[in-house]
Amino acid sequence: MQNLSLSPGRATALALISLALFLAFWFVIPASGLVSEQFLPGPVAVVERVVQLISQPFAGATLPEHLLSSLGRFLGGFLLAALIGVPLGLMMGWFPTMDAIAAPLLDGLRFIAPIAWVPFAALWFGTGIGGPIMIIFAGAFPPCVINAWQGARCVDIRLIEAAKMLGTSNFGMITRVIMPASIPSIIAGLRISAGLGWQSLVGAELIVASTGVGFMMVQAQANIAASTVVAGMVSIGLVGLIIDILLRRLERAVTQGKQA
Amino acid sequence: MGSIRFENAGKTYGSGPGAFQALQNVTLDVTEKEFVAIVGPSGCGKTTCLRMVAGFEPVSSGRVMVNGQDVVAPGPDRAVVFQQFALFPWKTVAENIEFGLRNKGLPKGERKSLVEGALQLMGLESHASAFPHQLSGGMQQRVAIARAYVLDPAVLLMDEPFGALDAQTRVVMQEELVRLARVQPRTVLFITHGVEEAVYLADRVAIMTKRPGRIKEVVDVRAIREAEKWDDLERIEDVMDTESFIHLRTHIWKSLREEKGASK
Repeated sequence: MQNLSLSPGRATALALISLALFLAFWFVIPASGLVSEQFLPGPVAVVERVVQLISQPFAGATLPEHLLSSLGRFLGGFLLAALIGVPLGLMMGWFPTMDAIAAPLLDGLRFIAPIAWVPFAALWFGTGIGGPIMIIFAGAFPPCVINAWQGARCVDIRLIEAAKMLGTSNFGMITRVIMPASIPSIIAGLRISAGLGWQSLVGAELIVASTGVGFMMVQAQANIAASTVVAGMVSIGLVGLIIDILLRRLERAVTQGKQA
Repeated sequence: MGSIRFENAGKTYGSGPGAFQALQNVTLDVTEKEFVAIVGPSGCGKTTCLRMVAGFEPVSSGRVMVNGQDVVAPGPDRAVVFQQFALFPWKTVAENIEFGLRNKGLPKGERKSLVEGALQLMGLESHASAFPHQLSGGMQQRVAIARAYVLDPAVLLMDEPFGALDAQTRVVMQEELVRLARVQPRTVLFITHGVEEAVYLADRVAIMTKRPGRIKEVVDVRAIREAEKWDDLERIEDVMDTESFIHLRTHIWKSLREEKGASK
């Protein structure tokens, strides 16, 4: 750990400077004619395009409609990953046999990039709602399991002994001791999982799907509409940031609440 | 009813040349409603004795029995009060006390009245909805004692319960425990390294040798306490001033001192 810490004002100033430099760089390159506007649209052109896309449909829908459709898929895959992954991780952390059975499989599977599942996702679940959800699931699932598992493994042994002498069953142990004690770790996992899920979603929509931001970008690419592609990138970044901020809030609320 | 019996109980960790013998031939009987304290030099295995009764660690040789049954696993008939309290930090005081009752499957109304009784017994009524981290160490240990008492266990196991408290709080808690022992007598196994605490609280004090620990002597305090009428004295310091108390304390001190000297 570093022992120097920046004052909040200074940190904000540095962040703003870095952002301003990036925008200036982005502005100057196409404006100078170094790269054609057609291949790298400047920030002004992109903002104009975003505003346009809010009301004018492109590839069958407006930008908010594409985003909404993407968000729906994202939520489906992410919630599925959390609902299966968290209980599985907790059980692996509590039952050694469960751990022995599931750990080698998961250890291998998690190195396969979500995008690698695209052919099977399309084959098994189609290119409508099922395929993309499976790809998001593939991205979002591992952090849910791993963090729940790690949280369960790190529960204070004294609390486990206390619960045991109070006559707690295995089921009660997981729902009333292991899970509440692992909440901070689980939520940290959900944050990572949401980030990876959102990333894989857009990758998935590039290939399967007939709506969504990713789909919009593929169509734009085919039409050599560079500003629409960048508009899509910017909205993906912003929505991802918003998801992360919401989960970070939740994380802070939970960890500050009832810690000893 | 509640009795504890150690019958040549031994505990060895590991095997082969690296094996570590913690306890050797521990034999001790704690009878119904009796309060027995185990004192011993640090590292002698006194906590291991308690953990074997609790069911946290199996015996390596001999037997450990509660009510004539060999201990196999932890259970609510043997409630433990830990040195570090071990309260659930995400649960309120009342919920912590209720935890074991829910495992027993008692109906809600019954649980509620039992929890209220336990809160009252330990003077915790005004803290029922507080979380553990909002309480002082002494208050947290009161919650842990209430959580154990409310289960109506056959035996109560206390592992240096006041070891983590400051001196003033410890004295209050010791007086409190004596009061409890008179109001609701229980079979108690109490682990401590405090000789005065042991003499003040216990009916009998078992002295352990250095590692590998065994019981070298059991001192009967109760006979002297009753003959000298310690219970008529209100404060712990008054009891500690009596000649009979000082005599017992010095006797146990000397016995322990031999062990400490022997370990060098």
